[in-house]
Amino acid sequence: MEEKLSKNSFVENLKEFFRRDLVQYIFKRILWFIPTLLLISILVFFVIQLPPGDYVSAHIAALATEGELVDADYAASMREDYGLDLPVWQQYIKWVKDIIWTPSDTAYYRLYHSHHNWKYSFAYGRDVWSVVNDRLGLTIGVTAIIMLFQYLVSIPIAVYASTHQYSVGDYVSAIIGFLGTAIPNFILAIVLMYLSYKWTGNANVGLFTQEMLKNGIHLYNFGDFLKRMIIPIIVIGTSGTCGIIRSVRAQMLDEVAKQYTLTARAKGVSEGKIIMKYCFRAAINPTVSGLGGVLSSLFSGSTVTAMVLNMQIQGPVLYKALQSQDMYLAGAIVMVQAVLVVIGVLFSDIALAFLDPRIRYSGGGR
Amino acid sequence: MAKKLKSKEDYYLASQWTLMARKLKKHKLAQVSFIILAVLYISALFADFLAPYGLDEFDGLYRNSAPTKIYTIFEDQHVGPHVYKLEKSINKKTFEVTLEPDLSEYYKIEFFVHGTEYKVLGLFPCDLHLFGVGEGSKGGTGAKIFLFGADSLGRDIFSRVLLGARISLSIPFASAIISFFLGVAIGSISGYFGGVLDMIIQRIIEVIGAVPQIPLWMALSAAIPAGISTVKMYFYMTIILSFINWTGMARVVRGKFLSLKNEDYVMAARISGVSTWKIIWKHLVPGFMSYLIVSLTLGIPGSIVGETSMSYLGLGIKSPATSWGVLLQEASSVTDVAANPHKLIPIIFVTITVLAFNFLGDGMRDAADPYK
Repeated sequence: MEEKLSKNSFVENLKEFFRRDLVQYIFKRILWFIPTLLLISILVFFVIQLPPGDYVSAHIAALATEGELVDADYAASMREDYGLDLPVWQQYIKWVKDIIWTPSDTAYYRLYHSHHNWKYSFAYGRDVWSVVNDRLGLTIGVTAIIMLFQYLVSIPIAVYASTHQYSVGDYVSAIIGFLGTAIPNFILAIVLMYLSYKWTGNANVGLFTQEMLKNGIHLYNFGDFLKRMIIPIIVIGTSGTCGIIRSVRAQMLDEVAKQYTLTARAKGVSEGKIIMKYCFRAAINPTVSGLGGVLSSLFSGSTVTAMVLNMQIQGPVLYKALQSQDMYLAGAIVMVQAVLVVIGVLFSDIALAFLDPRIRYSGGGR
Repeated sequence: MAKKLKSKEDYYLASQWTLMARKLKKHKLAQVSFIILAVLYISALFADFLAPYGLDEFDGLYRNSAPTKIYTIFEDQHVGPHVYKLEKSINKKTFEVTLEPDLSEYYKIEFFVHGTEYKVLGLFPCDLHLFGVGEGSKGGTGAKIFLFGADSLGRDIFSRVLLGARISLSIPFASAIISFFLGVAIGSISGYFGGVLDMIIQRIIEVIGAVPQIPLWMALSAAIPAGISTVKMYFYMTIILSFINWTGMARVVRGKFLSLKNEDYVMAARISGVSTWKIIWKHLVPGFMSYLIVSLTLGIPGSIVGETSMSYLGLGIKSPATSWGVLLQEASSVTDVAANPHKLIPIIFVTITVLAFNFLGDGMRDAADPYK
């Protein structure tokens, strides 16, 4: 009987999900996405403009030192492509316009047959988007695996810690939590790499073995790949894991102390049901809304760690770009990561609206 | 009874700061952290004196040498703490060059020895160092004491950790102060005036918050021109770190402003014709100063990690100046670390500092509301 009731309420919830107010809410959230995107692009353009001197002259000077002669027409067409003779704000508009739509009669289109001109990466000698795209999938994949791990590990620990407050397990999780947040990611990476080398004779550096790079990842070498993910997961995942444990634990403790828990307990509802069906559902909200922040800290943590561990994700590309002041590439990477974070926030907002009706009725508390 | 009354009176008459200090005293971990931080900062201040060697001093013989062993017994006689000079010895079979102590002569560790010249607090010239190696028992010279071992150029890691602490510990502090003023100024504008301005500022803060911190810091470091002086580099790093940190501060300030700006005393001040800036700085900011300091303390660990990671990557502080991140550059490859584990020692300092700031901040957060 009870089971049926809860199923019905789920169906009700689903029906409600597609009701007008929710659709309106989602629409409003997506609309908010546009000004955020604009602001991100302004920030990124500011970063791109930071190095002294202009980009094309720097590139031509660099080519000249390598003994390559640049012909004047080429230089002029590049200057035009980057809009260097325009005022800064027009340069910005041109930059955004070129990314969104590049007409087919431009030199760029003839070269790359792409309508999205993210400009040219000098460090890689290709167009910026192809460099970013190379590792985008892997970056998202690795981040997703680490994030999944974070939630799978931290939520059960948090529930345990909150139901066994002041037990040994609670203290142990708190101590590990503190260490995880305090030790900088890349330092943990160095130490683990060293320990792995000392104990197993293999530093487990890089995401793939030579063999994997040749044959691709299949079922038979997937275990190897997972083995190489251990250090990245520990290093990049731990700091966020602790944050989630702390917030879920605090929320759970708040919920467990509330009146409705007492009522449910007085009515003889089983303890497991009280925790999972009532308290946990209420406590999970802040975790869902924290998704954007978790994603942001994952990108942040993985950047330096990826360089230490030689992982084939975007961190090392960003580093290489910055070393040669390849700003359009660096800007594109920062922008892609920021946009991914904002999309994460968008998803978490929608999920939250689904989980918690109060949010969609008040038009979004945030 | 009278005693109880007295303590109650004490409680009501005590200022907010006294109450906070009292509450902080109960937080043992925060206290210990405070002492550790105080020791670290003071030793950074007198790094030149505490470090046996200067920033540029090196000894090619001691390249990558492990921490110097300190002995007390020389030829079955107790002669006090002393070290031996190292000598190159070549393995006749493998031709591997190793450093072996020359046991024929001992060098006592002495206190207040004369060494490289430096300026105390940048003012008075001085060449006294807390400890160092004296003359050998047979009049020899040239022994070195490297407590934490030497780096790949034969420079003392112990001295460099101390000297690097000056930059690693002060940049986050300086940037926290800049973020403080920026955050209070922008947050108060946002909270006090509200409206469109508030909305724009909030969006900007949101966007800066959405961009992953370390990639953004790295990208901003592109603004640092090549080949500039250490002082300028320091200045740039401080600004770059503040670029993100002010947002957290501004959020706290704005929230507090929204809750305080309609209080009666603010209204009274406004009616009496007090200027807006004076209301903000004299009447509103002191009301939530404690929260600001907490938020500052909790922001410092992030800056330390930021500075260390950027210097480690070579995007921040560069040699000849040194910071903990620069020192860790030596520990970037596994083979290097496996051969010379002593190069990981600076990690201990970074971790302890970050932990201490976290614990202190946590304790202060609990103490920030002393009336609870």
